[in-house]
Amino acid sequence: MAREASVSEVLLDARGIAKSFGGVQALRDVSLTIGRGEIYGLIGPNGAGKTTFFNVLTGLYSADSGEVQFDGARLDIGLPHLVTRQGIARTFQNIRLFANMSALENVMVGRHLRSHASVIGAVLRNRATRREEADIVDRAHRLLRYVGVDARANDLARHLSYGDQRRLEIARALATEPKLLALDEPAAGMNATETASLRQLVESIRADGVTVLLIEHDVKLVMGLCDRVAVLDYGEKIAEDVPDRVQRDPKVVEAYLGGALA
Amino acid sequence: MTTLEGKRRDPRVALAGTLLLAVALALAPFAVGAGAGIAWVRVIDFALLYIMLALGLNIVVGFAGLLDLGYIAFYAVGAYLYALLSSPHLAGAFPSLAPGLHWPIWAILPLGALVAGAFGVILGAPTLRLRGDYLAIVTLGFGEIIRIFMNNLNRPVNLTNGPQGITQIDPIGIGGVSFGRTLDVFGIGLPSVYLYYYLFLGATLLVVFVSIRLEDSRIGRAWVAIREDEIAAKACGINTRNIKLLAFAMGASFGGVAGGLFAGFQQFVSPESFTLMESVMVLCMVVLGGMGHIPGVIFGGILLTLLPEALRYGAGPVQTALFGKVLVPPESLRMLLFGLALILVMLYRPAGLWPSAIRRREFAGAGNSPENGAGSERE
Ligand SMILES: Nc1ncnc2c1ncn2[C@@H]1O[C@H](COP(=O)(O)OP(=O)(O)O)[C@@H](O)[C@H]1O
Ligand SMILES: [Mg+2]
Repeated sequence: MAREASVSEVLLDARGIAKSFGGVQALRDVSLTIGRGEIYGLIGPNGAGKTTFFNVLTGLYSADSGEVQFDGARLDIGLPHLVTRQGIARTFQNIRLFANMSALENVMVGRHLRSHASVIGAVLRNRATRREEADIVDRAHRLLRYVGVDARANDLARHLSYGDQRRLEIARALATEPKLLALDEPAAGMNATETASLRQLVESIRADGVTVLLIEHDVKLVMGLCDRVAVLDYGEKIAEDVPDRVQRDPKVVEAYLGGALA
Repeated sequence: MTTLEGKRRDPRVALAGTLLLAVALALAPFAVGAGAGIAWVRVIDFALLYIMLALGLNIVVGFAGLLDLGYIAFYAVGAYLYALLSSPHLAGAFPSLAPGLHWPIWAILPLGALVAGAFGVILGAPTLRLRGDYLAIVTLGFGEIIRIFMNNLNRPVNLTNGPQGITQIDPIGIGGVSFGRTLDVFGIGLPSVYLYYYLFLGATLLVVFVSIRLEDSRIGRAWVAIREDEIAAKACGINTRNIKLLAFAMGASFGGVAGGLFAGFQQFVSPESFTLMESVMVLCMVVLGGMGHIPGVIFGGILLTLLPEALRYGAGPVQTALFGKVLVPPESLRMLLFGLALILVMLYRPAGLWPSAIRRREFAGAGNSPENGAGSERE
């Protein structure tokens, strides 16, 4: 397939990922390459395996086979916290915030692996710990401002509106300082205005040097936003190209997009 | 509008409040001793021990959300450690150790915290993948196993002296002052239970301090994050295995310290003091008081130590006055009322008697969150 759609520098290179659940082959031999600085779209009908790919990539599921090279090193798939440490952060299709923590605290948790205070440091609260805490709070506030939910910093995550929750999840993911931000249907359930501002947010995230992997149902959003798009169908990658060409790919049209793009 | 409880207060008011509390705490044993008798000072000493236990369990159950029904095992570990290291007992099994070990308290308590913490990890490690009911069952088993060990480790080498327990434990002593007998301070006689009160109060304040500091740190946040959503916590880069083990270890270490103090206070330990009922009691303190909310947990500890005692003393006379004789033995009545109180609290105040502002709302449901309409004026 059209991998030659010129990737300047490879950030993520997934090879032959397969995953099955009992009888369901959710992913078959999926390979894809994401370049540094890209916004890369992953689309496909419901049940195509997009979320499963995320879960394998971020270590929540272990793949049956395949491996992932990320930023020049082999990715520790199977260990979520190590994946995050290596620089992949994600959001969830069905929002997973820490519901009974404030918005600010949610983002502060995202700083966990970039901070170091031990039990002793936490109890004594020495200078280093105080400085680190101040830095965590400061960054968390800045990230809330960045995604536009700073007005709700002290509200419980569960009390935020749906759109704000999606943005808060993005802020929390950004707090881990990812190289690759993986968003699982971030526009799901958003209205047109919210989707438009989400689009701006994703673009500014990329402009700030973070590569974005985007699962999305909203075809218009994906086609307008992404540099390249891969299409999954029944766990198989059936296309990978720039949006224009993917839209015209007969296989894609047949499998999934037909109605939406005709 | 804000969910943070520490609303800005006038610092002078706060200082005055703290001073008042300090004076009240310092005078409490005298007031109680004069008003209600010295037996009640002893009850308060126990209340302090239970507060330490409840705060330790609160780390595991309240913060990290891991149900633990065997928590009293760590109290037992601390108590037996003190008993072995500060009594003539070991000389029986190992004559070379005559006249037994008599370590100082400042060496035993930190060791007790460490050993209990290690037991916390031992319990925690196999339960890492379990949650809820399954975790409760395994921890319950662990608590019983420890108790059964204490019951049976009198053969082949007499380590624990079995069901008879270990006697002649040294009272706690600090700098040549024994807490086991009345101390004369400028002509005022301070009975042993008063001395223990101050010691336990100091230890409790330390435990409260550590709890508060931990809660308000990246570690405390990681615990709560795991409680709220373990998968999301992992995705945030939290090594959930280590952080859970840390919760077990920290919680257990509080229990170990309380256990050591208990052994020195009683000068006697036996497996009977560490039954499942005790674990349930401590869990009730945490749950009734307000899981994860330090003041609530302290309140729960005080309440559930004092109420049963009040019933124990009060139930007989009250029944005699009402019916002319004791219809229900105080001990049964105590359990009956206790069960009833639990059911009522769970029905009408499921978040506990004194929950944190956050948990109160969590249980109140999303329906009544007045601030919900306000802040979505984003675009
Ligand atoms: N944890 C799981 N257990 C069993 N089957 C699963 C699991 N997760 C996903 N699947 C199955 O894998 C297939 C792909 O699902 P998913 O990755 O969620 O699709 P998508 O995100 O593209 O809609 C579906 O058939 C789904 O039922
Ligand atoms: Mg999905």
